[in-house]
Amino acid sequence: MNATAETSVTATTAPPEDRIPFVEEIKNLLYASKGNPISTCIQCGTCSATCPVASGGFMDNSPRRIIALIRSGFKEQVLKSNTFWYCASCYQCTVRCPRGIDIAELMYGLKRFTVWRTEHQEGLIGPTFSETFVKMIMRTGRSYEPVLATTYLFTYGLPEMILEAQTATSLMLKGRLPLLPARIKRLENFKRMIRHIIPLGDKE
Amino acid sequence: MKKYAYFPGCSLEKMAHSYHMSALETTRALGIELKELEDWNCCGATAYFHVDELLAFTLCARNLAMAEKEKLDLVAPCSGCYKNMYFTREHLKHDAGLAEHINEALSEDNLHYAGTSSVRHLIEVFVQDVGFDAIKAKVIKPLKGLRVAPYYGCQILRPRKAKEDVEQPRFFEDLISAIGAEPVDYLLRLSCCSGALIITNRRAALSMVRNLLECAVRSKAAIIATACPLCQVNLECYQKQVNREFGTDLNVPVVYFTQLVGLALGIPPKRLGIGSELVAVMPAIADAIESEPALTK
Ligand code: SF4
Ligand code: SF4
Repeated sequence: MNATAETSVTATTAPPEDRIPFVEEIKNLLYASKGNPISTCIQCGTCSATCPVASGGFMDNSPRRIIALIRSGFKEQVLKSNTFWYCASCYQCTVRCPRGIDIAELMYGLKRFTVWRTEHQEGLIGPTFSETFVKMIMRTGRSYEPVLATTYLFTYGLPEMILEAQTATSLMLKGRLPLLPARIKRLENFKRMIRHIIPLGDKE
Repeated sequence: MKKYAYFPGCSLEKMAHSYHMSALETTRALGIELKELEDWNCCGATAYFHVDELLAFTLCARNLAMAEKEKLDLVAPCSGCYKNMYFTREHLKHDAGLAEHINEALSEDNLHYAGTSSVRHLIEVFVQDVGFDAIKAKVIKPLKGLRVAPYYGCQILRPRKAKEDVEQPRFFEDLISAIGAEPVDYLLRLSCCSGALIITNRRAALSMVRNLLECAVRSKAAIIATACPLCQVNLECYQKQVNREFGTDLNVPVVYFTQLVGLALGIPPKRLGIGSELVAVMPAIADAIESEPALTK
């Protein structure tokens, strides 16, 4: 008796946000995906086998395992995983999945989810890089490599940093690095356009 | 003369300037006009899609709307830009609510996108619109004996756009044959160059680049041809770092397909931007472009 009363209560009142099952939250992220829902996954492992990053041993959880974890509600493990930040968006998994699941879009969705909630694994370059990139485009409409470099160079050890600097110097000598950032002409219109989509904070 | 709205994308401004130069030179020689889209903005690369999808669609839509205003199809030489704009168009086409929301934002820049102009990759224009026969007919210096590894990368093929063959494509090989060079068969021709991982996970990226380069070299490729600035930079500019990391001895030039087509059309290497590489190209191509006497047509 009690059980039915409980059910009818929860059915008529919207559950608070944290009561939405994790798997539902993830489903809502997949706006751009034309693929089938992850509930149709048969755990065959094709995605992991075909993934150049997972098969190189660079992901802590393979794409197949991420899907299994989502479906079983292991939210914490999923969000703290490096899998989606180390996804190269090569779409090999997406075109090969026998159930037509768009795994690469799921990886994008998970990136966005953790950026919004700032709940990603610590020490990753990906989130800072993406945020710097977006801010830069919103200021100028174009991308500019030297600003981006500052988001990751300082996370490198000295030997890597020197190698990066050598590569940059060679590119500079060949005229392949821009000295000044480019910007679009109708920047004011552009910024107003962006304000329709997301709040930009104070007007600059 | 067929005309397109040309969206160079941020890398072609500097990092991949040779792609820009050779794209303009070769299309002109093939009777195509690429008209640079006035005041284009960054397509968002992958970073936007990491942060906000709607914003990413809006930025792509601004470029699409500007091309549409000129009544031209949009051509992108970068596979990343191509994929972003291609799928933005698809989403706007199938989601009226999304299109309305984005058009409202676009009106701030006096733009509107109705979905008429479409999105093409530069290599598609060569392969489908110009065609192999027309290219062959204009070749005056066939690149005889040059062993070229065609590198497709990811986003021209994946995710699937229409009914194209994503597992066994042949168009890049056929293009190389059309200019008289010899396409090399190698296993990783469709594998990922590591994309932006070169920044976000250097170790993984360098190992992916190494696998790819070694695979091409094992098949005796003298040169690798790409159709994307990010692929080119990853495969070429990071070779030294790969050698350092893994003790390998890789030294294989990586060019844009437009540079090879240009050479076959008799355009001087300098006008195709050859000379701005970190791995020298001339030693690999010298025989093919010099020993062969120019055919007179
Ligand atoms: S390939 Fe598809 S069905 Fe197989 S494990 Fe991966 S997501 Fe599931
Ligand atoms: S898209 Fe990401 S997860 Fe899928 S195969 Fe490529 S790198 Fe792996």
